[in-house]
Amino acid sequence: MTPDFIYLDPQDNVVVLARSRSAGDMIRLGDAAILLSHDLGLGHKIACQPIPRGEKILKYGVPIGSAAQDIAIGEHVHLHNMQSDYLPTYTLEAGREFHSTP
Amino acid sequence: MKTLFANSWLRSDGRKGIRNTLVVAYLVECAHHVAREIQTPYREQGAHLIGFSGCYPNDYSFRMMKSLCTHPNVGGVLLVSLGCEGFNRNGLRESIRQTGRPCELLVIQSSGGTRSTIASGRERVEAILAEMARQPRTPMALSELCVGTVCGGSDGTSGMTANPGIGRAFDHLVQEGATCIFEETGELIGCEQIMAARAATSELATVLTSSVEKAARYYTIMGHGSFAPGNADGGLTTQEEKSMGAYSKSGSSPISGLIKPGDIPPGGGLYLLDVVPDGEPRYGFPNINDNAEIAELIACGSHLILFATGRGSVVGSAISPVIKVCANPETYRALPEDMDVDAGRILEGRATLDEIGEEIVHCISKAVGRSPTASESLGHQEFVLGYKSFSPTEPTCHPTSS
Repeated sequence: MTPDFIYLDPQDNVVVLARSRSAGDMIRLGDAAILLSHDLGLGHKIACQPIPRGEKILKYGVPIGSAAQDIAIGEHVHLHNMQSDYLPTYTLEAGREFHSTP
Repeated sequence: MKTLFANSWLRSDGRKGIRNTLVVAYLVECAHHVAREIQTPYREQGAHLIGFSGCYPNDYSFRMMKSLCTHPNVGGVLLVSLGCEGFNRNGLRESIRQTGRPCELLVIQSSGGTRSTIASGRERVEAILAEMARQPRTPMALSELCVGTVCGGSDGTSGMTANPGIGRAFDHLVQEGATCIFEETGELIGCEQIMAARAATSELATVLTSSVEKAARYYTIMGHGSFAPGNADGGLTTQEEKSMGAYSKSGSSPISGLIKPGDIPPGGGLYLLDVVPDGEPRYGFPNINDNAEIAELIACGSHLILFATGRGSVVGSAISPVIKVCANPETYRALPEDMDVDAGRILEGRATLDEIGEEIVHCISKAVGRSPTASESLGHQEFVLGYKSFSPTEPTCHPTSS
């Protein structure tokens, strides 16, 4: 039977869609029934628990970024509501300095 | 010792080949057409075309060409030079001849131009092929195999099915004493600490972390990441998310060392290939496409390449066969002739990760026994080589060899 989504690690707060779904489709997440508000392709992430702003997004059991706003259970997690925690490091500063050097 | 392949080709350095390829290599773009015209009629007989486009000499490209022309899958070489380029053609010919391989050099400017160079090139190819047919055969064990892995055209499924499936296959191969190579430190940005914890020694852990820091610095200064717009369409949001997915190709074995393009791993085990140039960034992207990475994995001795793809790369390679592990079941249905393993079955509840790992190992055994892979049977022989600069690897990079 085709699963709706895949849990990559028990610690994760997102699940990954195992197939493409359309707006209006109902997905069951434990006890909750989630109504999808728009089309989502396979591989996209859905919050499987409420994630407050600033909290780490966990996939493979490790942080892959953090919530840029409060995310509700069942909500699509992507560029619009999460951000990378990695790139804004010293390397980005070094790059800016390099590019601003006349 | 269990025999993997009864009839491998024994080379003078003791390594064994799973193919007996004749390489036709152009030494500057100006010789490309002539070299291709020489090679094309012999494609079905295992003649592959490689080359370096640049006119000016570069240590990296020389080392790459030397490593590729003396790769265990290569039985003989024809070099094609225009004549006025900077490539050290005589040095390359001597390096190849020292390995006992037949090697001929044609210089277009002193061979009467295009037509006559093509004609004499084809004569040389016939002679080299005849000599290659007499090369000694010998049994080869799984522990003598070297396998590289790369991912390209990734999407959200790559890190769910194909990459962890390759990781399972790598764990099996390493356990059997084989050599496995993973690469692209730029795609490991964000998971370097997790990786360093698997290093065989604490010195190597520092080396691994530094290699990813170097990649981060390189990408930032060049003003780009390894994150392509197609990745976000496929559901990947951040660099570290993509990195964790890519990292899962390495499996869970201890990491035995770090190598650079052209380094031959000193023994069995799992190695990280550092493809990012040393020194000040100056050449744009470290690798301009997936095939540049594949060429570097082959230059380190990889007999075979495991290529994980989500959106559907179709490439193969000159010299070493490419096994395509398709992560996405929809892509597999769209491009079945280009794929070897349908790892996306995991998403449809039709296979487990362990089963996909076993299937990849089985696919490797079949390919070693001369059964062509999908890209090989379709005639794919992509190759690309650009400019780079590297410092030699330090002793701490291979702690297990000392």
